Amino acid sequence: MAVFRLFSRCAPACLAALMIVLALPTQAVVRDVYSFDTDEKQQRYQTMIAELRCPKCQNQNIADSNSPISEDMRDEVYRMMTSGSSDVEIMDSLVGRFGEFIRYKPLVEKRTLLLWATPAISVLGGLLIVGGIVLRSRRNNQTDSELSAEERARVEKIMDGHSGKSDPKA
Amino acid sequence: MKRVLLFLPLLVALVLGVLLFSGIGKDPTKLDSALVGKTMPEFALEDLHRPEVQVSQQVFQGEPSLLNVWGTWCPSCRDEHADLMWLAKNEGVPIVGLNYKDQRTEAKAWLERLGDPYSTSVYDPKGSLGFDLGVYGAPETFVIGADGTVLHRHVGVVNKQVWEETLRPLLNQAGGQY
Repeated sequence: MAVFRLFSRCAPACLAALMIVLALPTQAVVRDVYSFDTDEKQQRYQTMIAELRCPKCQNQNIADSNSPISEDMRDEVYRMMTSGSSDVEIMDSLVGRFGEFIRYKPLVEKRTLLLWATPAISVLGGLLIVGGIVLRSRRNNQTDSELSAEERARVEKIMDGHSGKSDPKA
Repeated sequence: MKRVLLFLPLLVALVLGVLLFSGIGKDPTKLDSALVGKTMPEFALEDLHRPEVQVSQQVFQGEPSLLNVWGTWCPSCRDEHADLMWLAKNEGVPIVGLNYKDQRTEAKAWLERLGDPYSTSVYDPKGSLGFDLGVYGAPETFVIGADGTVLHRHVGVVNKQVWEETLRPLLNQAGGQY
């Protein structure tokens, strides 16, 4: 009985200890932690791998993807960065191997012009449509209030007809 | 003016339709190689069968050839192997094999068991040449010109249809006779 009481008293602690021990192997799973001497370099590296697209798993960047090719690409970015290459040099060297496809931010050139211009075109188009609607409704308001004498006479006649006789058959 | 505007949605639908229709049937996983038109990257790697022999980009000089990237870990490579054997035997195409991210013993055992279609086998356990070639998954097959220029990259399995429709015409254009 005493043993049981002892156990029940230390149960929370035992449980916590057990959970910590079980959590240890999951820490070992975290792969390829690259260390940089400055935070600024670390930041550059993170931005870089977030802007590179994985050629194998096409809707992921190489930061998120764990495919072997992404690992190789991260290694290369790290290797070039620590050996002093600039972002442009690293980008060019990878694009030279894997093609323009891997840029999540494509260059502004003839082929990608429409892509870059689409947001501006849509905004401009939207503004034109809204502007058109506003202008037209304003114009309609103005013309609606102006009735010709003939129209006014007709309106009065109709109104008189309705208020004068209450016979629905008329 | 108003009547013309009525046709605007139809016009938009037509333009979008043509644009989207042209995309149907295209395989988005097949990317154009960035190396097409460039010379083979330089490399110095061991021969798969003879570790003491170094192979370089010189191996592609002389006649147009194919470069096949493969590994024993790749199921589709097993799938295309019989067709590569047929290409090497019946058509006499020089195929350089790039054993990519693999174990030498396993690769040699595979070639002993299934036959060896390669005129030269390059051993690239770390995938360094594969990386320079922009290889993102085996199998991939490159058509290389007689001067070592990369002419084409085919991603996926090589079979008789791919040979007839793509690889054979390209090799012949480059001066081969197949």
